[in-house]
Amino acid sequence: MKLIFEKGAPGQHLTLMPPCDVPEAALDNPRTEPLELPHVSETELTRHYSALAKRVHGVNDGFYPLGSCTMKYNPKINEDMAALPGFTQIHPLQPEETVQGCLEVLHESEKLLCEITGMDGMTFQPAAGAHGEFTGLLLIKAYHAHRNDPARTKIIVPDSAHGTNPASAVMAGFSVVNIPSGEDGCVDVDALRAAVGPDTAGLMLTNPNTVGIFDKNILEITRIVHEAGGLCYYDGANLNAVMGVVRPGDMGFDVIHLNLHKTFSTPHGGGGPGSGAVGCKEFLRQHLPGPVVVKDGGGYHFTKPERSIGRMKDFYGNFLVVVRALAYVLTLGREGIPEAAKNAVLNANYMRKLLSEKYTMAYAGPCMHEFVMTLQDLKDATGCSAMDIAKGLLDHGIHPPTMYFPLIVHEALMIEPTETESQEAMDEACGVFLHLWDVAHSDPAALHSAPTKTPVRRLDEVGAARNPVLRYTPHA
Amino acid sequence: MNFPAGLKYSQDHEWVKAIDETTALVGITDFAQSELGDLVFINLPQEGGEVTAGESFCDVESVKAVSDVISPVTGVIEEVNTGLEDEPQLLNEDPYGAWIAKIKDISVFGELMAADEYEAFVQKQ
Amino acid sequence: MGTYVPNTQVQKKSMLDAVGVGAVEELFAAVPKEMLVDQLDLPEGLSELAVRQKVSAMARKNRVYGAVLRGAGAYRHFIPAVVKSVASREELVTAYTPYQAEISQGILQSIFEYQTMICALTGMEVSNASVYDGATAAAEALAMCRERKRNRAFVSACAEPGVIETMKTYCFGSGMELEFIPEKDGRTDLDALCAALGADAACVYVQQPNYYGNLEDAKAIGEAAHAAGAKYIMGCNPIALAVMETPAACGADVAVGEAQPLGLDIAFGGPYLGYMAANKAMFRKLPGRIVGQTRDVDGNVGYVLTLTAREQHIRREKASSNICSNQALCAFIAGVYMSAMGAEGLRQAAVLSMSKAHYFAGELEKTGLKRVHSGAYFHEFVTEGGDPDRVLRALDAHDILGGLPLGGGRILWCVTELVGREELDRAVAIIKEVC
Repeated sequence: MKLIFEKGAPGQHLTLMPPCDVPEAALDNPRTEPLELPHVSETELTRHYSALAKRVHGVNDGFYPLGSCTMKYNPKINEDMAALPGFTQIHPLQPEETVQGCLEVLHESEKLLCEITGMDGMTFQPAAGAHGEFTGLLLIKAYHAHRNDPARTKIIVPDSAHGTNPASAVMAGFSVVNIPSGEDGCVDVDALRAAVGPDTAGLMLTNPNTVGIFDKNILEITRIVHEAGGLCYYDGANLNAVMGVVRPGDMGFDVIHLNLHKTFSTPHGGGGPGSGAVGCKEFLRQHLPGPVVVKDGGGYHFTKPERSIGRMKDFYGNFLVVVRALAYVLTLGREGIPEAAKNAVLNANYMRKLLSEKYTMAYAGPCMHEFVMTLQDLKDATGCSAMDIAKGLLDHGIHPPTMYFPLIVHEALMIEPTETESQEAMDEACGVFLHLWDVAHSDPAALHSAPTKTPVRRLDEVGAARNPVLRYTPHA
Repeated sequence: MNFPAGLKYSQDHEWVKAIDETTALVGITDFAQSELGDLVFINLPQEGGEVTAGESFCDVESVKAVSDVISPVTGVIEEVNTGLEDEPQLLNEDPYGAWIAKIKDISVFGELMAADEYEAFVQKQ
Repeated sequence: MGTYVPNTQVQKKSMLDAVGVGAVEELFAAVPKEMLVDQLDLPEGLSELAVRQKVSAMARKNRVYGAVLRGAGAYRHFIPAVVKSVASREELVTAYTPYQAEISQGILQSIFEYQTMICALTGMEVSNASVYDGATAAAEALAMCRERKRNRAFVSACAEPGVIETMKTYCFGSGMELEFIPEKDGRTDLDALCAALGADAACVYVQQPNYYGNLEDAKAIGEAAHAAGAKYIMGCNPIALAVMETPAACGADVAVGEAQPLGLDIAFGGPYLGYMAANKAMFRKLPGRIVGQTRDVDGNVGYVLTLTAREQHIRREKASSNICSNQALCAFIAGVYMSAMGAEGLRQAAVLSMSKAHYFAGELEKTGLKRVHSGAYFHEFVTEGGDPDRVLRALDAHDILGGLPLGGGRILWCVTELVGREELDRAVAIIKEVC
């Protein structure tokens, strides 16, 4: 398909701007280079982007069991609420008394999400999960600095963690101590005990973890870290499994981030915007990034916490994403939140059961909201890898599971159906998975060359990286 | 798999080609490149920097992984092969021609193997 | 309560049977009993109608002004109808990151086009696929320039305060040192910069136009940075780039900025869009995703996420940034906006904004609100004179959001193409009455 630059013709344009009704101003040192932007009519423009949209698989185009990403349905009411002019047309620097509704959104969302997570305070400034991790780790850093304990420079991270965890720790100025997982995929408690010490700033953990298992030793784990003087950070990527059932705050975590674009149903937009809201226990609130919203008899106000780490980005975060998440929590309420978690877990276990007929599970069940299969034996027997099965799924209209993660499982496929998939949808998808297992044995070449029905087929990633073409240049 | 005689090899799969007693070229072995797969970029070290035997001195990237290159000697980087920045595929296609760095003032050669020893070492892996 | 769970009780029972448990609670056996939540202290779930009423009531408590003369980092511009129409396509809205290239070509190609447009605007050679906003783009740019012996960033005090605060927070994390170059007459003090730069200088950051709307002597600042062996980062308003010298022409090594003006609502501060672009020598240090063009096994042109070995999911603790999710849909919107506007439309938006700002400054002068600084400016300027409180309250009473009070009797004004001459004249008349 052609690029937008290759369509239309010089002179084609939309009629958007009125003539200038004041004397025209000009700069002494103007731009001298031509500005090479597309030149298309409105017809051409809309057709181009419609064609692009057709070359994308979204949640509404079919099953999307992308592990760790919680690709649940994105309710339409949330979109409507986020499109209200009373939110979209508000300048972030308007006088406080003219933005009481926005402050109410932030304050209400904080209250509801703190209750769900067992936290005491929350900031919505972080724009994504990784940004939330960075924020939370800075809270930990500020806490130790405030206590005059500068020796705490290490963050412990299990080897099954999301790659953002160690990267965030380093951005926050910590060094990373990796600890191995046990055979059950959970934290090796002895390894943790050996790793903690007077240099421990904290531990980062996902629970349920990245192999979809709830770590039953969680209280002991957080106790070990606390007794060593460190804090516990909860990566909320997998909260969907347990919201309303058990709270990170009750597991012993001091600071958490949420992915509103996963757990709380806001759409992911092909890679963002998300929202990585960060919650913390009371003793860390003084370090939260500012401003935060407080309420008194006169209404809502912005204030900066006493020992704030500062500001994570301009203004107050991806506000419209928070509006969507608030609409979602209001819709589900106290019964709907745990109902969602329980059905996410039920759905995952159901698929796990159906797929166990042929596929090898990496860990014993039951699982939580997702599970990991290892296709090493299939690869040894047929030559078909996790990648081949994934590409085979594309020809059946299914978005593949997360591949090759976590790194501790060979030939991993990580499946997360979410609670918004029906039994029929899962039966159908499992049928495809099982069929592909048979194809791997009967006609492995077919899988090696899959997909064949997609807009493009397997792409040359090596060539792309060796000879990077990162923008369009005419006549290149 | 190719193991040219005349080169020395480290357990970390780098080769060393001595130019004189304190100067040598280093690169990654044929075995290393085949294990790493198609390499797409090399983060070359800076000329003039010091390297230590057994420690990482640069890294190579494939599409899905990044791997440290461990220096087989201790010395000072006299020159780096900047041609590899544009043609990283040479590391795959001609690993013994695609020298990464020329090291001078070498004070320590790590534990290095002869070609036949290294071949036996690789076969055990 | 509201629910998005499709399965009926009968289906759930059949699934529980298949799994081999009697109740879903059994699947949570690993959770220590004492931790289980009895019931959350949340309100009961609501119907869609009730949610609509409740959230709409919140929106109504916000004031939507008829005219906005305030910028300071968030700019209300005209957004063509086609932009929202195209950007609400649910395939694009609901997709995750384009990990599976074969079924994500629409997103990947749109990012490739966006990267091309950012390069066109800035004159730089490589753009990434976006970061969170202009402030984080600036903070990430500082980190790109850090070297072992160069750990100090020199930042113009004329940058937007939110950008400066964000940089401080990032540097609190990384340990990079920050030094601010003072303002002199509304611009970065070049002499002070030259005196401050030393062998530990990693980079110099300047905003163009700066927080006060003034155009900096960007070439001279770049020359000073390079003379000290430091990298040069420019933070540029993307609409202004249609008419002002590009960062590339000014010698910038990295160009960043807040791309909200490119078709995104002001939306109480977000989601916005941080753009980042670099020259050839620096592009491998860009954080975040980058899309590249390649071919498939049949030889067809396609697009993939590329140079991924820079990123956190591969490099983990050795990655220079942790960014994963970015602002893809916002980048998409910016791409549609730039395509709709074209070079001429964007130039018109810039010229209209700048011309109206200049007209308004001239008219304000007649009321006694005089521009504080001299020299070239784009669509923002600072006045003093009059009582800012009274001025802003009077405008407010007429449905106009006036400029941002800066303290000391100063106001930072902004005019974009959305405000007509009549509205500007009306604002001036209102101000006249209180001055």
